[in-house]
Amino acid sequence: MIAFDELMRRFAELNAAELSRWVENRWVVPETATEEGGERWVFHEVDVARVELILDIRREFAVDDEALSLVLSLLDQVYSLRRQMRRLCDALEQQPPEIRDAIRRALPPAGGHGG
Amino acid sequence: MATQTPYEVLGVKPDATADEIRKAYRKLAKQFHPDLNPGKPAADARFKAVSAAHDILSDPEKRARYDRGEIDESGAERPRHSYRPHAEGAQGWKYRPEGEMDVGDLDDLFEMFGRGGPGGARRGTRGGRGGEGFSMPGPDRHYSLTIDFVEAATGGKQRLALSPDEWLDVTIPPGIEEGQILRLKGKGGPGFGGGPAGDALIEVHIAPHPFFRREGDDIHVELPVSLSEAVLGARVPVPTVSGPVTMTIPKGSDTGARLRLRGRGIHRKRQGKEVTGDQYVTLKVVIGASDDPELAKFLEDWAKQHPTNPRGEMGQATHGAAA
Repeated sequence: MIAFDELMRRFAELNAAELSRWVENRWVVPETATEEGGERWVFHEVDVARVELILDIRREFAVDDEALSLVLSLLDQVYSLRRQMRRLCDALEQQPPEIRDAIRRALPPAGGHGG
Repeated sequence: MATQTPYEVLGVKPDATADEIRKAYRKLAKQFHPDLNPGKPAADARFKAVSAAHDILSDPEKRARYDRGEIDESGAERPRHSYRPHAEGAQGWKYRPEGEMDVGDLDDLFEMFGRGGPGGARRGTRGGRGGEGFSMPGPDRHYSLTIDFVEAATGGKQRLALSPDEWLDVTIPPGIEEGQILRLKGKGGPGFGGGPAGDALIEVHIAPHPFFRREGDDIHVELPVSLSEAVLGARVPVPTVSGPVTMTIPKGSDTGARLRLRGRGIHRKRQGKEVTGDQYVTLKVVIGASDDPELAKFLEDWAKQHPTNPRGEMGQATHGAAA
């Protein structure tokens, strides 16, 4: 859990206006902590990793904000699917063996729609 | 207080040019050089920090790596923050796209793939503890059933006993084939959480018949006929899968002659169309009374006047090979 300034110091290639814009775009969603003197942003590990991800994508693929927005949206969809798959798999894991077998049999082979 | 960045140590901005960095370093190095500040540990520490900062920032590659967060102020590798474990971890939900299902509502997953409604998994009850309204169809059950040849050809009904007081009534469609699997919907294992029952899958095997043989929808049979029936012709009963019929053996028939009984094969529906096979009858002359003296005497006279060799070239080939 780190603050805005600390995050800025952590990634020298990041500038404050940029990070503020990312937060505005909701590409990065820090927690808002209220303390005397107003609100401040607190970045959790997932947020720091996301900042690093955005920096990486932007640098490696030289994409502008619009393309970045699309890339992030696609990435978020993929991760969302992966999380849901994981949940489904976890639920299946807890089923009795005969149910798991039935599902295994009902699964069409990968790469096709059954036969 | 967090550690100072190399830029802070040198007192330059993060976008400082190489020249600005060099100038800043020279100035600070002179100021804190140990030779110029003997006996001042604080100055010594500053000098070391300035050197370390310069070490990173004067090397374009190191500076770029520092800027990317790959190395820290001392030049040591920083652990990489791969995004995936975070995205898939508990905190990942924060960045879910709009419309992602709520925690605990798996039905949304099925709906997402267009499988909701009556055809898909049944709608579970929302709410409750944990809110997991999860249901799924029961498992399929597998059985094997052996039926006789004629029943496979004409169809019929069978009762498959599962236990002394549990059975399945199975309708055998006409013309069922060896190894074919019959599916009885909803006759498998019970569903889970209100889901539909699974299916019973019955693999059908056909016992061989003493004289019928099947090729597709046609039935083949070898029919023994007597010498006189073959020579003189006759009307004889012939078994078919749907009962005996009378067939005419033409005068002067021989072993191997094949006669067709049109429409006496398997009668069934295939892809919505009625199809009917034929029965093929292959004659096999059986002399039967081969030790009959009267027949022997007749043949002695007959053979003298009608010398024949049914072996044809087969006999010559054998003779030639022996010579």
